[in-house]
Amino acid sequence: MIAIVDYGLGNIRAFANVFKTIRVEHCIAKVKADLKGATKIILPGVGAFDHAMERLSSSGMREPLEELVVHQKIPVMGICVGMQILGKCSAEGQLPGLGWVNGRVVSMREEGLHMNGVLPHMGWNQVRPMHGCKLFEGLGEEPEFYFLHSYCFQTDDPSIIAAESDYGATFPSAVQTGHVYGVQFHPEKSHQNGVSLLRNFAEIQSC
Amino acid sequence: MLRSRVIPCLLVRNNGLVKTVRFGDDKYVGDPINAVRIFNEKQVDELIVVDIDASVQNREPDFKMIENLAAECRMPLCYGGGIKTADQARRIMSLGVEKVAISSAVIQRPSLISEIAEQVGNQSVVVVLDVRKTKNGPDYTVWIHNGKQDTGKCPIVLAKEFVALGAGEIVTNSIDRDGCMKGFDLDLIARVREAIQVPMTVMGGAGSFEDLAQVVRLHGPIGVAAGSLFVFKGVYRAVLISYPSSIEKNSFNKESEKLSNTASKFNDLGKTIKTENTLNSIIKFFTK
Repeated sequence: MIAIVDYGLGNIRAFANVFKTIRVEHCIAKVKADLKGATKIILPGVGAFDHAMERLSSSGMREPLEELVVHQKIPVMGICVGMQILGKCSAEGQLPGLGWVNGRVVSMREEGLHMNGVLPHMGWNQVRPMHGCKLFEGLGEEPEFYFLHSYCFQTDDPSIIAAESDYGATFPSAVQTGHVYGVQFHPEKSHQNGVSLLRNFAEIQSC
Repeated sequence: MLRSRVIPCLLVRNNGLVKTVRFGDDKYVGDPINAVRIFNEKQVDELIVVDIDASVQNREPDFKMIENLAAECRMPLCYGGGIKTADQARRIMSLGVEKVAISSAVIQRPSLISEIAEQVGNQSVVVVLDVRKTKNGPDYTVWIHNGKQDTGKCPIVLAKEFVALGAGEIVTNSIDRDGCMKGFDLDLIARVREAIQVPMTVMGGAGSFEDLAQVVRLHGPIGVAAGSLFVFKGVYRAVLISYPSSIEKNSFNKESEKLSNTASKFNDLGKTIKTENTLNSIIKFFTK
């Protein structure tokens, strides 16, 4: 059972629709009790970093998620801001992130990650999978996904970069530390490539 | 690299889809949900849906319709029409919409942009400027309420102001060229593009895939949107949904010289592919 964490941010229904289409058992988790029985977790998110952290904390699901992910080692995938909050901190806010992935979130404008100054990074871009990350199995060398963001993940540890993309310069578009995955793009809105990626996540073997 | 977005724009009136010419003379073109299903199959880059009566009739967005559309969309969806408060914008986003488009309301009260951006993030705030050429000059003004009311304001000045307030994307729509299918207003596009540093989408006048390619060559990555081009076929404007294949779309993004040499080849290839696609589309469009 994949639990889609609904803390008021992100396109919950789009994930549910994809899982319904490919017949993957899933539920929408709005409160702590809904996470019971989850064997995998989708952590969506849009908007500002601090806002996302505040909403997640006030939903009452943060502690049970820590228990499931950190102690029980259940696979989790953060999407967009849901990926960014996996890191330790963000240039967009003051609050600490979940810290499940060794990295931080930076402003693309400040880091010179843009083309002709145009931000947000909006639209379809190529993603180059690295290290044979299971999420991208069968997707080819440079599948396209839909992006919509002005901040991005940075890390000093290249081993956790699961995929890279270019927008003026190269940035990590997916990260992975063991059973913790994060993607900056929106698989739920990326047509067939997105469906394949979500299916791959559903098929990852839990520890 | 980031490639340009090719975006069908669908206009909703009385629960049906319509297409206008210069913002009038609307023609019924089908059911919104069926159209979304066809565009899903064609793997469109993005979809813009605008309820063209909501603001004029001073009514709220139709949340039920938006929810139904969003549930069907496998591509990013931008909704516009009747949004007047940050709360409405937040509610629309929670229904599964990626971006909200605002026009009349922010021209009357620009601070609404910051209010909405605070709720949903800048990246999801789209401002649409409906633009008409002034009578005697080379200048433009922004119009509201389906092109019925001239604000007297310059689109370039407004675009800059709105970006400063937190708009994440500017859409320009040429009223003079709406539905005419004779090409985009390249002068307007160039002037707005150089004034702002956020993504931009242009609308109004596309009559061929070459019109889309031309804007992409000049300003890519950019969003190129069209209504008539994707719903009408031939001189009699028969309703038939079409959309460029990924080969054609990729060809738009290639260097201008290379493209001009191979454009005719892609056009021929496109025609063959389209015949198959459109036959399927027409069957689906009318059987549902």
